[in-house]
Amino acid sequence: MNGRRGFLLGFLVVALLVAGGLSYFASSSPDGLDTVALHGCQVTETGGGEQLDGTCIAQNAGEHATSGSPLADYSVFGGDGTVGIAGVVGVLVTLGVAFVLFRVLARSARSARSARSARSARSARSAEPEDD
Amino acid sequence: MVTMVTAMHMSDGLVNATTSLVFGAVAVVGLVLCLVRARADLDERTAPMAGLVTAFVFAVQMINFPILPGASGHLLGGALVAILVGPWVGTVCIAIVLLVQALLFADGGLTALGTNITNMALIGVFTGYGVALLLRRVARRSRSGLVATAFVAAFVNTVIASLGFVIEYAIGGSGGAGLGTVFALMVGLHALIGVGEGVITAATVGAVAAVRPDLVYLLRGTATPLVRRSAPATPAAGGAA
Repeated sequence: MNGRRGFLLGFLVVALLVAGGLSYFASSSPDGLDTVALHGCQVTETGGGEQLDGTCIAQNAGEHATSGSPLADYSVFGGDGTVGIAGVVGVLVTLGVAFVLFRVLARSARSARSARSARSARSARSAEPEDD
Repeated sequence: MVTMVTAMHMSDGLVNATTSLVFGAVAVVGLVLCLVRARADLDERTAPMAGLVTAFVFAVQMINFPILPGASGHLLGGALVAILVGPWVGTVCIAIVLLVQALLFADGGLTALGTNITNMALIGVFTGYGVALLLRRVARRSRSGLVATAFVAAFVNTVIASLGFVIEYAIGGSGGAGLGTVFALMVGLHALIGVGEGVITAATVGAVAAVRPDLVYLLRGTATPLVRRSAPATPAAGGAA
């Protein structure tokens, strides 16, 4: 039990270090999909964002619906050097959502299992009536 | 710096509304199926592990690594989650990551959630799992066999997941580039990204297996994922076999 706790805690620490520290060293070049989407366009940085000249898929991309989010683009309120903080928040939020969902699923699976075994146990000793 | 092209995943508008809707439906149906099947793989032992794997994928997806001058790649995580927590739970893990990214981090469009979940969660995870199953005998023989399996499964899951976008673009792409160009670029770039995905997946799976092989889904006793266990696994079943 303790061994597992320790392992899970270590796993969390690694995730926090990656999102909170290593993220500062991540490449800022467009990823594979973005590279394809930008193929054919000349990208110019402007004050308000990026200007795309030419013909490419990315010209069809819409402004993101949650671009006003405080954590948009992995920053905190758009601040420079905040990617690590945004990453730590993201790890904790993701962990929280996943943990709750998987716990609920595990509980419902367990109660379904125990209801099944209780039913079969009852039918096995149907001679002695026992209602609850 | 708010721009429309810093996102890592598909933005809104790259495919038309009908295509978005169709793949939204595919994603919902697939996820519901996974949620139902995931229950059999979840207990007090595996649920916290699944939560941490999800958080880990979020963290590592932030780390774009260079693949060519001016181009980068990042982990998708399909084979990683499939090997560690199984395909049903794993697909849910990736979907949670994509949801958090789209809702909080403006990464991946909201109308593109269906296509992104289809590509990275459904296609990526089940492709990675399929390859891992094919190589399961190798994976169970030794740690290095498991690590090699993880690398190959991750490489294949990356390339095949990238084909998901090509298919969606072929069905309802908004234009801007020819289909042949999109296909060649997507596969070429994701073959390079797949090497990085393979290295990260192999290192992670190897590290977990070194410490807690009992928490690696692919190494679970006799349970095959398509046959539901009728009774809780005995302690002896974990890791061995």
